[in-house]
Amino acid sequence: MTKEDIKILLVDDEKQFVDTLAERLAMRGFEARVAYDGPTALEAVTQPTDVIVLDLRMPGMDGFEVLRSVKKSNPQVQVIILTGHGGDAEEQTAYRMGAYNFLRKPMDIDELLNSIRMAYRDKLENAMVAVSLAEGGDFEAAREVLSEKDVLEGHDKS
Amino acid sequence: MFAALKKTFAQALEVPEAVSPARYRSLKRLMTVLIVAVSVTPLLLLTIISHMQYMRTLEREMESPLYDMARKTQAALELYLGERVSTVSYLAHAYRYSDLSDERSLNRVFLALKSEYQGFVDMGLVDGDGRQIAYVGPYKLKGADYAGKPWLRETEIKGRYISNAILGYRGYPHLVIAVHRLEESGASWTLRVGTDTLRIQQIVSSEGSARDTDVFLADAAGVLQTDSRAYGKALNPLPFPLPQASHEPEVCRMTGPDGRSLLIASCTLDGTDFRLLAVKPVEKAFRPWLALRAELLWVIFGGIALIVIASSLLMRHLVDRLQASDERRVAVFAQMEHNQKLSSIGRLAAGVAHEVNNPLAVIYEKAGLARDLIDLGKIGGDEKEKQRLSSLLASIESTVERARGITHRLLGFARRMEANRQGLHIDEVIVETLSFLEREARNRGVALETELAPDLPEIISDRGQLQQVFLNLVGNALDAHVASEGEDQEARYVRVSCVCEGDALRITVRDNGMGMPPEVLRHIFEPFYSTKNDKGTGLGMFITYGIVRKLGGDISVESEEGQGSVFTIVLPLVPPDAGGEVRAQTSKP
Repeated sequence: MTKEDIKILLVDDEKQFVDTLAERLAMRGFEARVAYDGPTALEAVTQPTDVIVLDLRMPGMDGFEVLRSVKKSNPQVQVIILTGHGGDAEEQTAYRMGAYNFLRKPMDIDELLNSIRMAYRDKLENAMVAVSLAEGGDFEAAREVLSEKDVLEGHDKS
Repeated sequence: MFAALKKTFAQALEVPEAVSPARYRSLKRLMTVLIVAVSVTPLLLLTIISHMQYMRTLEREMESPLYDMARKTQAALELYLGERVSTVSYLAHAYRYSDLSDERSLNRVFLALKSEYQGFVDMGLVDGDGRQIAYVGPYKLKGADYAGKPWLRETEIKGRYISNAILGYRGYPHLVIAVHRLEESGASWTLRVGTDTLRIQQIVSSEGSARDTDVFLADAAGVLQTDSRAYGKALNPLPFPLPQASHEPEVCRMTGPDGRSLLIASCTLDGTDFRLLAVKPVEKAFRPWLALRAELLWVIFGGIALIVIASSLLMRHLVDRLQASDERRVAVFAQMEHNQKLSSIGRLAAGVAHEVNNPLAVIYEKAGLARDLIDLGKIGGDEKEKQRLSSLLASIESTVERARGITHRLLGFARRMEANRQGLHIDEVIVETLSFLEREARNRGVALETELAPDLPEIISDRGQLQQVFLNLVGNALDAHVASEGEDQEARYVRVSCVCEGDALRITVRDNGMGMPPEVLRHIFEPFYSTKNDKGTGLGMFITYGIVRKLGGDISVESEEGQGSVFTIVLPLVPPDAGGEVRAQTSKP
């Protein structure tokens, strides 16, 4: 099983759910940190994070607030909403606020993994575009910079 | 006082509050009675007052000719009698006792008198002792002794005298005029002349005959002195008491012997005991008035009848409209209540679904983890046990998936309950809705057909509401086939077609079922109108109509009994009240 270096943060007040999910992701080679409420999640984002899997309805600070804060402080971080309260209105709001995807509980773990992977790739592409612009439009240079960085980070983790 | 009146009025006006036929019946009755009372009362009052006023005037109008007649007759009679008395008085003064006591000269005087004046019957000279010493006339009255007779005494006292009518030997009434003479020589004598009442009769009856009036003379005792048309010949007693005596004619009312009301003018004649009476039956006097009154009564009763009919028709019309609008209002409230109920059920269901999703997710993940552990070989045991465990987990997972299906359907229902406009394709909605009814149509042997134009544009509307509209229309169309069972099964169809015309869609739902008679068509969109007896609420078409109108469209129906029905909906591509937000959402890629 190949190890994928995607830094995932799972945010859900349902401990049983989020712990199990983290364990299952780990079995599939994904390291995932967990946070049981909004403030903890915002704290966790200060460390390098690629994708957040976020519940909407949580006591205290709800998912939308977390989403707003994250998009403000770390706009490059991708957020996937995973909630049991998946109404049309919530979905539209989440997309408007910059969520990458909107999934409804209960969901298949492979579906979630696909979504995480795609979100990560999206993030890389965004970063690449940003870097290439910074490097004066040299796409190849940007790719190198990024892959180096990725490899570097991957090495750091392992 | 006013408050009490108001309370009574309010009680009388009390009408049941509930929207029931009884309420409108009593409302109708009450309003009709009020209107009729308010319009008829012044009419009746006016009629009664004018009637009384008119009667008073009429009576006065009647009294005055009667008075005039009495006055005129009185004058004529007094003139006539005065002339007679003067004539006799002249003779008494022109001749001496010695002249008249000689029967031959008395005869000559009498003949001269008779030649000049009609009606004199006889003439006699009565001396101071009351003996008639000379007499000319048809009776043998010479030597008759009148001493002590009241008339003679009265003559001697008053100087002249006119007797009451007496029935002489000839059998017809006449009266006596007597004049007393006291000569310078001391001789005292009385000249007595008999005269018939023919002339008096003529004067009296010529006056009255013209105007239905009975004019006659009576004496103080109430004995007729001349013939009366109503009360018989002279010398008969009058059948009613005499009115009060006065020389000035007086008019009074009396009840006659036959019970009829009489108007009587009466007066005395100067120098006599006679009473002149002019009698007119009131009913005769009132005859023209009675005729007029009959006509007026017809007019009044006709008018009242018209008022009653008009106000009852008017009130019925008004109250019927009121009832219709009340019923519509109640129906709208019922529909609103119904919608609200469904919407709260939807919200509740959505809440439950949301809450259930979380624990479902936990179960799903736990089961997933267990499967992972087995798959990754972290759990020992022989292959058979692992397989059994795996199949158990699979069944947990599939059960959770089933539960997820349920919660997602509930959420979908809740979404339908919300009034949301969205961009949609009508053909999708139609096909989807018809799929619900396919099985039923098949069971009934009816073909569900669609004729949808290929490039129908996206419209902004409410999917859930449109589904309800098509469910109602197509459901009714299917029912129309059920009721006409037994006809050839081949041709049975319900066809939904849709074309785009300008900025609107024209959707028709056509069936060849039993159709509807015109009176059903007239009421079809009214609330509580159902032809399905106890099966229908009578709200289906009403709600359908309401939805179509709400979506800015219009619905109409054509039908022919035995041929089928066509419902046509014209739906705008964008409802007139759709906000910009809806537009923005649909224009999103």
